[in-house]
Amino acid sequence: MKMVFTYENMIFLLRGLEITLIIAFSTIALSFIFGSILGIARFSGKGILAKLSAIYIDTVRNIPLLLFIIGFRFTLPLPPVASAIASMTVFTSAMVAEIVRGGLHSVSHGQWEAAYSQGFSYVGTMIHIILPQAVKKILKPLMSQFVTAIKDTSFCAIIAVHELMYSGMIVMGKFVTSTQAIILYALIAIIYFTLNTALLKLSNKIKF
Amino acid sequence: MFALFKWKALFLSWDVFILGFAITILVSLISLIVTLSISLIVGIIRCSNLKRSKRFANWYITFFQNTPLVVQIIFLYNVLPHLGIVFSPFICGCIGLSLYTGAFGATVIEAAILAVPRGQFEAAYSQGMSYLQAMYHIILPQAAKIALPPMTNQTVNLIKNSSVLAMIAGGDLMYRADSWAGENLFYGPSFIITGLLYLSLCLPLSKFAQNLEKKVKTK
Repeated sequence: MKMVFTYENMIFLLRGLEITLIIAFSTIALSFIFGSILGIARFSGKGILAKLSAIYIDTVRNIPLLLFIIGFRFTLPLPPVASAIASMTVFTSAMVAEIVRGGLHSVSHGQWEAAYSQGFSYVGTMIHIILPQAVKKILKPLMSQFVTAIKDTSFCAIIAVHELMYSGMIVMGKFVTSTQAIILYALIAIIYFTLNTALLKLSNKIKF
Repeated sequence: MFALFKWKALFLSWDVFILGFAITILVSLISLIVTLSISLIVGIIRCSNLKRSKRFANWYITFFQNTPLVVQIIFLYNVLPHLGIVFSPFICGCIGLSLYTGAFGATVIEAAILAVPRGQFEAAYSQGMSYLQAMYHIILPQAAKIALPPMTNQTVNLIKNSSVLAMIAGGDLMYRADSWAGENLFYGPSFIITGLLYLSLCLPLSKFAQNLEKKVKTK
């Protein structure tokens, strides 16, 4: 018990948590931007852009994240953390795009027609009429996707990025007894758990 | 990445990839069966009025949905041996995947059961059926239709997540592709083939789910 909660171990795990948060929130911010663009492009339906984003979304959504993480690390000349962020952004963008598209589809078609009859352009309708309504429906699945992104940062342990899970595995190497191992993994699980439930609770509080 | 000799080497050792692919399918199938049973049981408990089991089900769902699969599987693989319980990586993967996906599946089943109109229950009771009979004969067949598209999506997630076995040397497709590429540094071709193999499993499933969703919407 005493061996687990030493100052050194805690600082080491906190550093890991820091990297986890950096990866998670960069991924969330970047994939929110790219995902929205892709989702709107696919929603618009016509033209080569819609086709391309449809192919991108369908392909990326059906390949494991782990393959992107390992693939980016070994084929691109990026530092570990940047490579982790890049690969997770590629994957999460496709997920976000699908959520955005679903939200846009859920706004009824009459809204479009009403806006056009008032003289709005396509872009004007999108910004002023459709998106504000879609945001409400997007918010919940989007938040659970972001929780998934935080959980998925633990995949980066496989390319030796020093995030929480990998730091935990290193600290684990020092331990010999079963109590220490159980306490350590319980601690890691609790950190992830608190982080995610806090985010979910926060998203429930947001209202429009 | 496009050098011809790398691809030649890859096709010469095709058996590595096929073996990995077979293990990925096997893990996914076993976990899918266990997942379905877990999510059925937990989903039905969540809709029942058994107080203590319900609280347990809630704990199970919140805990397993909010902690990473990697933590769960590494826990099974690294910590349980300390307690004298030793599973092979394959079994660890199956248990971890089933528990993790089961937590998501349970909410799918719960939502589907709640989507069946309440009157169906009452009608079944008025015919003299017990709770379990009503569930089995009346509610579940209707709920199954509603649950099929989201459950298919969970299956796709399950297959994708089975790549976590690579972290505990589980011998699945991802692990074999990674270690094959690690031996000769032909990363590009190996990962492209792996991606295509996963795509061939998941794409038909997610297209199937999309079509079902469209059908439900147009109705």
